[in-house]
Amino acid sequence: MNAEPRRWTPARDEDAALVSGTGAFLDDLDPLPGTLVAAVVRSPHPHARIRSADLDRARAYPGVAAVIGPDEVHAAVRPFPLSTATPMPYLPSAVDRARYVGEPVAVVVATDRYVAEDAAELVTVDYEPLDVVVDTRRALEPDAPLLHDEAGTNVATDRTFCFGDVDGAFDAATHTVRGDYTFPRYSSVPMETYGVIARWSEDAEGPAVEVWANFHGPFTMVPVAAGALGLPPSRFRLHVPADIGGSFGIKSGIYPYVVLMALASKHAGRPVRWTEDRIEHLLASSSGAGRVMRFEAAVDDDGGVTALRIDLADDVGAYLRPPEPSTLYRCFGNITGAYDVPAVAIRARAVVTNRAPTGLNRGFGGQQLYFGLERLMDAVATTTGLDVAEVRRRNLVRAFPHRTPTGGLYDSGDYTRALELLVTKGGYDELRARQVAAREAGEHYGVGLALVVDPSGTNIGYVGLATPAADRKPGRDKSGSTEIVRASVDVQGVVTVLLGSVPQGQGHATVARRVAARRLGLPPEQVRARIEMDTAATPWTVTSGSYSSRFAPLVTSAVIAAVDRLAESVRGAATVLLGLPPEAADGLDLADGEIRDPSSGTSCRFRHAAGLLHWDPGALPADLPARTTADGEFRPPEAVAATAEDRINSSLCYGFVAEMVGVRIDPDTLEITLDRVASVHDAGTVLDPVLLEGQVLGALVHGLGGALFEEFRYSDAGQPQSATFLDYLCPTTAETGFELVSDHLASPSPLTPLGAKGCGEGSSMSLPVAIANAVADALGPAGVAIDSLPLHGEALFRLLDRKDH
Amino acid sequence: MKSAPFAYHRPGSVADAVEVLAAGDAKVLAGGQSLVPVLAMRLGRPGTLVDVTALPELGGLGIADDELRVGAAVRQRRVERDPTTARVPLIGRAMPFVGHRELRSRGTVCGSLAHADPAAELPAVAACVGAIVEVTGPRGDREVAAAELVTGAMTTVVGADELITAVRFPTAGRGEGFGFAEIARRHGDFALAGVAIRVRAVAGAVKDATLAAFGVSDRPVVRDVTDLLAHAVTEPDLRPATDALAADVVDTAGDAHGSTAYRAHLLGVLAARELARAHRQALPGDPS
Repeated sequence: MNAEPRRWTPARDEDAALVSGTGAFLDDLDPLPGTLVAAVVRSPHPHARIRSADLDRARAYPGVAAVIGPDEVHAAVRPFPLSTATPMPYLPSAVDRARYVGEPVAVVVATDRYVAEDAAELVTVDYEPLDVVVDTRRALEPDAPLLHDEAGTNVATDRTFCFGDVDGAFDAATHTVRGDYTFPRYSSVPMETYGVIARWSEDAEGPAVEVWANFHGPFTMVPVAAGALGLPPSRFRLHVPADIGGSFGIKSGIYPYVVLMALASKHAGRPVRWTEDRIEHLLASSSGAGRVMRFEAAVDDDGGVTALRIDLADDVGAYLRPPEPSTLYRCFGNITGAYDVPAVAIRARAVVTNRAPTGLNRGFGGQQLYFGLERLMDAVATTTGLDVAEVRRRNLVRAFPHRTPTGGLYDSGDYTRALELLVTKGGYDELRARQVAAREAGEHYGVGLALVVDPSGTNIGYVGLATPAADRKPGRDKSGSTEIVRASVDVQGVVTVLLGSVPQGQGHATVARRVAARRLGLPPEQVRARIEMDTAATPWTVTSGSYSSRFAPLVTSAVIAAVDRLAESVRGAATVLLGLPPEAADGLDLADGEIRDPSSGTSCRFRHAAGLLHWDPGALPADLPARTTADGEFRPPEAVAATAEDRINSSLCYGFVAEMVGVRIDPDTLEITLDRVASVHDAGTVLDPVLLEGQVLGALVHGLGGALFEEFRYSDAGQPQSATFLDYLCPTTAETGFELVSDHLASPSPLTPLGAKGCGEGSSMSLPVAIANAVADALGPAGVAIDSLPLHGEALFRLLDRKDH
Repeated sequence: MKSAPFAYHRPGSVADAVEVLAAGDAKVLAGGQSLVPVLAMRLGRPGTLVDVTALPELGGLGIADDELRVGAAVRQRRVERDPTTARVPLIGRAMPFVGHRELRSRGTVCGSLAHADPAAELPAVAACVGAIVEVTGPRGDREVAAAELVTGAMTTVVGADELITAVRFPTAGRGEGFGFAEIARRHGDFALAGVAIRVRAVAGAVKDATLAAFGVSDRPVVRDVTDLLAHAVTEPDLRPATDALAADVVDTAGDAHGSTAYRAHLLGVLAARELARAHRQALPGDPS
């Protein structure tokens, strides 16, 4: 009975360190001995003029090195450049006015965090409270309190677009179907909060800033942050450790704190560390934008949607913090979703309110978009009397590539087959039978569907859409999303790929290593992946970073480009070892750690060829490269700037998710239970099935949080009501025990060398609305309409109660 | 989120602990699962913490004279796992709802009573079964009925200079049935509404029935519900009476997770369900 000891084989190279407590996160790092610690003083008022700030008592507290407040920030920091011309200046802390509860007002730097918080209590700010507006619709009214007087409005951007004959389609329509919907703000709540270490220094060339932060980009914010401090990017060096404890977009909001801590370091004369605590995180880090929206469909006799009118108003909080208003535009190219709709009219507004600023959140812009679009498709089904699956089937995009009216180019897919797979494998008929049985027993049961197009690999050209085409500066267009990877080979033939992809825990190193090893015909042990970002050493561009599902389509493509260039050099060296003419290099095969001449069958070891590059480059003919390091870039095709007609292909690749949910609702307690979730994904070529499944599960749980639990609520007076985990409820393992049926199909993208697309955000976009559709279906007989989230007993009780009275 | 400065005492005996408490501005620290977050958020700033977890006098857990006695240093998880605690069935029913396992491995039973969160399970269980709380202080020892322990949200009759040393739960006898349920947004959250119920039967008839509701007022609300079972014993039949009871009992202001009306609705549902269940258990042969 000598049982084999149970062994655990990690699915990812990163896992052993993480589960054995040897990961190194920002707060574990101590790159600059003597670093002091900061605490941030925050506004308790949602809207108040700052009459004065008395920092002297805090400065005099033993152990305090510096305190900076409105005056110091006003004197040294320039407002961040915004993507619209509306005068709503945004600084990293409040200068003349505080505009949301939790807005930084002062920073105390001391020997440790306890002392810093003791002294922070001594900062006295004289506030004059102002009128507050937290509701998006209210903020749009002409007599609403203004957050930014100089703008004269709370509307930060207001654009209208029309593609195709929308009015004609509505005139000719058999039915018009309309829905008004509200999407809440919620987060992804990374386990690790924001962390910054900043050092201000001066040398012969002037001031410089060196920063360590768990900031995963986009690195458009590097010039933005440097510029706020009056520095060129070359004097601003950012380090990002290999381990980031999650973000899902939320940590892209960290850069104002980078600026603030750099200034604090300047005043303290020492490096400064700030680690955000959980209350700070829930009060003032970031969240997805809230949205109020109206969707309207023109529908023909057969249930075909011939045109859409879409009116979006995003609550972006107190400032249009870049990269907002991108929530409006991230999904511009796929705004018609899974459907072949030839005409669409759009109004897109971003509105400021006395809430914390918003930003990236897993499924960026898609959660909000598809909540409206997929609720609307259920309304179309109700109006036409068609089944919810059938009405979707009739409208699906069928031929690829498909050009959307807004300029998107759906690269590949098979939406019809994905829907069929969902219906058959997910057991649509079975769930409908359960519904019949439940209703006979007097219980609530509902089935909900959601079909979403899942964009990956941003074309930042969409940022231009916030500005009317006529006002966009010629020669200053934005486009694309280049990714660069550096591959090198050492003297023993070990290949290292250096990624600038700044992962937040997704497993980039694991996949990059396997992609490179497969391409070079090497065992994975002979390949390493390094993922530390140092803007002074790692290749990067302004679009680098870990966001918009870039890794699978872009980074792996750059890995291929880099190792191919490196292989060119190693193949050349092999011709010397094999006694072949230089021109034979291109024809050599790489496999099993060897380089083989297919015509003669002779071969040499990869590592011997690499060794020659290092030891004996003199043996190489002059026309063969001697490089041991190669940068490879991938510049996505079809990613060009917005056209003069405001069309844009806002992403490189477009994946697909078909999702179905069966819910039970206890007729007495109104508790919602997920009976089954079925999820079919098409992310093109599957790079790693285990990691893909992990991404799908993670996105599902994120969507579950938004659908049933998570919400940043504010009182009418502007006080946050979800600032601790007592009130901001994330799903735990106890809430995720639902039955899951998942499957995949693979429609490789023709636009990338591997055909892979992003897969980590799709279900974050689809599950919230799939659950809403299921709950609406369950309570349809009770006459209850579902037009917002989150859904839970109290929410349903209110809806049913309202109906009864 | 760092606490304001405080002094930390680890007394060698209960007498030492009482002495430190008597000096004023001191707070007892047991499992710390509620107190430590309060300190970290600077919502409370006692000058001194008196850590009683290492006092051997407070570490006892056992049954004597038909009572389960739980010392003030005994962790909830120990109580949950100890087979003798099956003699107080409501403890086993309630304990899985007390936070999460990780919290119960630190939190204490007596600490939960002393903290007196209106939505906490253990004060309601103790009040339902008539547990006795042992208290000591500079004026000597005294006993408090659990039903009279809590005087408001996070407030008890225990003085600032006093210390809960143990709680004694009566063990269940023949003919007793129990019910326990709560509804929370997520498992482990404080209840929107919850009930603990005990029904005692003698000679084939209900002798008495007690309900303790939690999460619905500023303290556990104990009601004699013997009369309810005189008229109905099934969930549907009990509902009108439990709905009326709930409307009377629920006076919390409510919040975004559960309004007053929803909590009252839930309490009516849970009270009927659990009363019927406890009745079935107490009188398994009863045909009704």
